Amino acid sequence: MGGGHHHRLFRHGDTAVHRLPPQCKLVAVAAFAVVVVATPREAFWAFAVHAALLAAVAAAARVPAGFVLRRMAVEVPFVLFAVALPVIGLGERVQVLGLSLSVAGLWAAWNILAKATLGVVASILLAATTEPRMLLLGAQRLRLPSLLVQIAMFMLRYMDVILDEARRMRVARESRGFAARDLRQAPVLARSAGALFIRSYERGERVHLAMLSRGYTGEMPVIHDLRATARDWRTAAVLPAAALAAAALSWSLL
Amino acid sequence: MHVPDGFFDAAVSLAAGGVAAAGVAVCLRNARRELDDRTAPMAGLVAAFVFAVQMLNFPVAAGTSGHLLGGTLAAVLVGPYTAVLCVAVVLLVQGFFFADGGLTALGVNITLMAIVTAAVGWAVFRLVLRVVPRRSAVPMAAFAGAVVSVPAAALAFTLLFWIGGTAPIDVGAVAAAMGGVHVLIGIGEGLITALTVSSVLAVRPDLVHGARGLTAPLVLRTAGGETAVAATEEPARKKAGLRPLLAGGALVALVLAGFVSFYASSSPDGLEKVAGDKGLNAQERDHPLGGSPFADYGVKGVGNERLAVGLAGVAGVAITVAAGGAIFTAVRRRSRDGEQAKA
Repeated sequence: MGGGHHHRLFRHGDTAVHRLPPQCKLVAVAAFAVVVVATPREAFWAFAVHAALLAAVAAAARVPAGFVLRRMAVEVPFVLFAVALPVIGLGERVQVLGLSLSVAGLWAAWNILAKATLGVVASILLAATTEPRMLLLGAQRLRLPSLLVQIAMFMLRYMDVILDEARRMRVARESRGFAARDLRQAPVLARSAGALFIRSYERGERVHLAMLSRGYTGEMPVIHDLRATARDWRTAAVLPAAALAAAALSWSLL
Repeated sequence: MHVPDGFFDAAVSLAAGGVAAAGVAVCLRNARRELDDRTAPMAGLVAAFVFAVQMLNFPVAAGTSGHLLGGTLAAVLVGPYTAVLCVAVVLLVQGFFFADGGLTALGVNITLMAIVTAAVGWAVFRLVLRVVPRRSAVPMAAFAGAVVSVPAAALAFTLLFWIGGTAPIDVGAVAAAMGGVHVLIGIGEGLITALTVSSVLAVRPDLVHGARGLTAPLVLRTAGGETAVAATEEPARKKAGLRPLLAGGALVALVLAGFVSFYASSSPDGLEKVAGDKGLNAQERDHPLGGSPFADYGVKGVGNERLAVGLAGVAGVAITVAAGGAIFTAVRRRSRDGEQAKA
């Protein structure tokens, strides 16, 4: 049950950001996301401040910009939606480069793009500087139900195993000349999914029995003592506090 | 369908977070009853399975492909409570580790994709099985559940968007576009779900939670030619009673609330106001749900709008609570009946 499969998400390092207790980072990122969502969209400069704050965190954690940019690909579907907004939006229209665009739609597109991007970058930085297991232990310290934390831990541990099984099935299918062209090929995919479910479920039963034989009683022992000092909390609070200051200033200026 | 940060305003995000937390808390209690101390490893592995299955792309039409949401599939295979937990954990992991779906939108995402899909899918599934209580009907019931669950989630999204969306698109257009696209996705989802359930049913019928009590009893044949029927693990369901009616009624109420509230608050000048969107409307007419009340509908007039929004908020919460409550009590009572009969 080794951890180390998450090289794609986590970047090893020994910076001040990496060393912060995970619960502090979780609270900081969540608070930052809330502040970003609450910032009025007319305050362009406030969003610039938010972005500069994230850039400072990335620099402190020595996370290269290329790494963050590559992982930002998850945002693409909503970027496409945001680009469509000015075209299909309602209300007053304005001519830009020969296109008739909705003013409210432009505002909404900017709003979603800016806030979603800041949120995504904050999450990427969190995942890049915190081991997934530690992040979940931090969530447990924040009183997330321990059963939920355990489920998430098992999922993280076995995700790569199950994904590998799915990949092997795909290789087997394709090496026999299978290509999913339309819905007629659905039965083959569905049988793969069925087989994958049976394998996952049976693996779960084996894991449970193996754990029982090692004295599992329904609670996982906590080995790491994740205590956060007041100093840790103060360090973590710098990000949301600075963002809040910018947001508060933009509220008062409106 | 992962909603990012900034799509809904702060109030809706918070309210949806509350609904999601309450739903997950209920499911945590009941999943423990379903799975006992096996909950953590089993639900964890099923969550990993849901995650893997979401990566399975299937072609919908020429050039476009969709992927499974998996809420109904998980509900049929492992039971509704565990299914909600699994999908919720998948969404948590996607939000925190893969930056897929905003952190402030986590409540919205869990409410829509875990609670609504699993609850609606499971309710429809039970309803169909109640009408045709045969094992051969299980894949068909799973198909019906999955087909309904995806547009239901899209409709719930539209409702939330109406209450607290930040984009200035007219709600009718959102409903028509979301509904139309998701009816298509739902059909694909239903097909894959039904085929997957039937393939699991063929190999390990004991693993399909939704088919419990429907498997044929074990027949023991001795060498002497005598046959004896082994006692079934779960007694046949008695007391069908009011429950399917309740679950079905709640579902109908949900769908009706979506449709009727649109009729109720559409004002005549909405027709002219969206004239600029004619091209869009013409396209939406092609959608199965794109009837004229949807396509030409727009909320105009502040007083009216506020009233409608308030009503929609109350109705949305009431319906969610009623539907969830009806299904949860129905399933819980049934399992209690089973335990008592066994004892």
